[in-house]
Amino acid sequence: MTTQEHESSVYEQVQGSEQFQELKRRFRAWTFPMTAAFLGWYLLYVVLSGWARDFMGVKLLGNINVALVLGVLQFVSTFGIAWAYSRHAQKKLDPLADQLRDEVEAREQ
Amino acid sequence: MSSEALSTILFLLFVAATLGITFWASRNTKDATDFYAGGRSFSGAQNGLAIGGDYMSAASFLGIAGIIALSGYDGFLYSIGFLVAWLVALLLVAELMRNSGKFTMADVLAFRMSPRPVRTAAGVSTITVSIFYLLAQMVGAGALVGLLLGITSPVGKALTIVGVGVLMIVYVVVGGMKGTTWVQIVKAVLLMTGAALITLLVLGRFGFNLSALLGEAAAQSGKGNSFLIPGLRYGTEAQGIAGKIDLISLGLALVLGTAGLPHILIRFYTVPTAKDARKSVLWGIGIIGIFYLLTLVLGFGAAALVGSDTIAASDKGGNTAAPLLAQAVGQQLFGTVGGTILLAVIAAVAFATILAVVAGLTLASSSSFAHDLYAHVFKRGRATDQEQVLVARIAAFVIGAVAIGLGILAQSLNVAFLVALAFAVAASGNLPAILYSLFWRRFNTAGAVSAIYGGLVSALLLVIFSPVVSGSETALFPGADFAWFPLSNPGIVSIPIGFVAGWLGTILSKEYNASKYAEMEVRSLTGVGAEKATGH
Repeated sequence: MTTQEHESSVYEQVQGSEQFQELKRRFRAWTFPMTAAFLGWYLLYVVLSGWARDFMGVKLLGNINVALVLGVLQFVSTFGIAWAYSRHAQKKLDPLADQLRDEVEAREQ
Repeated sequence: MSSEALSTILFLLFVAATLGITFWASRNTKDATDFYAGGRSFSGAQNGLAIGGDYMSAASFLGIAGIIALSGYDGFLYSIGFLVAWLVALLLVAELMRNSGKFTMADVLAFRMSPRPVRTAAGVSTITVSIFYLLAQMVGAGALVGLLLGITSPVGKALTIVGVGVLMIVYVVVGGMKGTTWVQIVKAVLLMTGAALITLLVLGRFGFNLSALLGEAAAQSGKGNSFLIPGLRYGTEAQGIAGKIDLISLGLALVLGTAGLPHILIRFYTVPTAKDARKSVLWGIGIIGIFYLLTLVLGFGAAALVGSDTIAASDKGGNTAAPLLAQAVGQQLFGTVGGTILLAVIAAVAFATILAVVAGLTLASSSSFAHDLYAHVFKRGRATDQEQVLVARIAAFVIGAVAIGLGILAQSLNVAFLVALAFAVAASGNLPAILYSLFWRRFNTAGAVSAIYGGLVSALLLVIFSPVVSGSETALFPGADFAWFPLSNPGIVSIPIGFVAGWLGTILSKEYNASKYAEMEVRSLTGVGAEKATGH
């Protein structure tokens, strides 16, 4: 921790760089709205479970009703969002993050 | 041979195998990184399995299957909250935490704050959450042995609690994170295999026709169509508006709590890089998601093939639904011997499940005690690695002993609410502190301390004055009545309190460290300077 002063100035330069701001923007622009979306979708499901039980009980196919389908759709959306995030991270975040890390580590030596 | 004897033999095999692995792992547990983080050398897939093993407690296996078997659809609400919660961990927490922390949740919180107050708060919160969760599992183990092995005397139950406690202490003290992780991996494989096997047999009985299974479950439950619709257990029409708000409150705590549970968070440190942390959460989501889909079939299957009345007669809480179902399908397909074998297998898996979870909790709380409270608060950062590990081992022993003692004292009390309370505290105190820390430039020491204590204290106080502690027949103290808070779940009030307290504490204090935030932001997003794996 003796090199803290030196390190923090490097970090501040990186933080101010256009490349880092682009990485941060790509990260937040994807994860923040998506978090709001899946939390909203989940809360909608819980609210329907509390207040729209007649609707939840509508049978769609045999004994399979809206409640079961909506519940399974929560699983599907969770798997889907997890998969989409991993693709987004691999394509849009990792290359930029790796490049920045290499640069900073080269400067620190 | 009786099912009890076979079950005991299978369980002893699991214990022998995991103890073997633990002692093998201990040869490679040399320094603090090994003890706290398994040398950061697990692969994403291994850690994903361990996440499943750490997370899928007996409460989710036996408990959710039981709720579905007795109250139908409502058990599914629990599973969905438990699963969707992992997206918070994946999108916002896992990778950034792996990049900026070292061993505990507090490492991330203390990064740009004054270390002593923040680590004290985080340590107190970690230990509180872990002990609640631990206690629920210990009491559950005592109850389970009574149901599955026919041991119903208080002494027998107490001995079971002691046995579970001693085993978890050995796993943690001897094997540290490496031993614990392997126990969780083995358990996850056994649990998934067992649940998948019973699910296939159940679905096979109904010609793989889900609708037929649901119809039979509704018919055998004695509750008809309402068995397939939410509302038999949570937010029933009889409870009125308060019951429905309680349902939302529970949902919020479940979905926001996971990413604040210390024993889950420390799992992200066991892999070499943030990309592996991401991979492990993806594996975890896959495994946990499939598991909860299986429990849906197990729960409805138990209602259909065993019948809700028979299950309720065996255990009021429905905890024996999955084992009874295993016995029933085994018997119908392969005769009495088949039933005995399947019951024994599922009972042994249930004990393995409890052991893996309690080991994870003991490790999280003893790590936090040694690394946060001892090394950074008492010793002000001047403790050597060796000292820290020694203290962590002693702490595991003490915490284990405390859990055994409390577990025995509480064995006749209804402590099932403690798991939901642990989630509520994690969502109200830990999560705001973690999110503000990672994403809010202005956040500071006063903010972190206010968020943690604000969330922790408000969740605790609200539960103390809620119907789960007094004033109802199923309360912890059914004879007393000091409940003025109408909800069983505090989340809907305490989570906003945690976030507001963190914000208020921050803006009322002038402290702010721009250069440390720059370092944290750059490190968390790029992985510069992240702790490396140690190869042995």
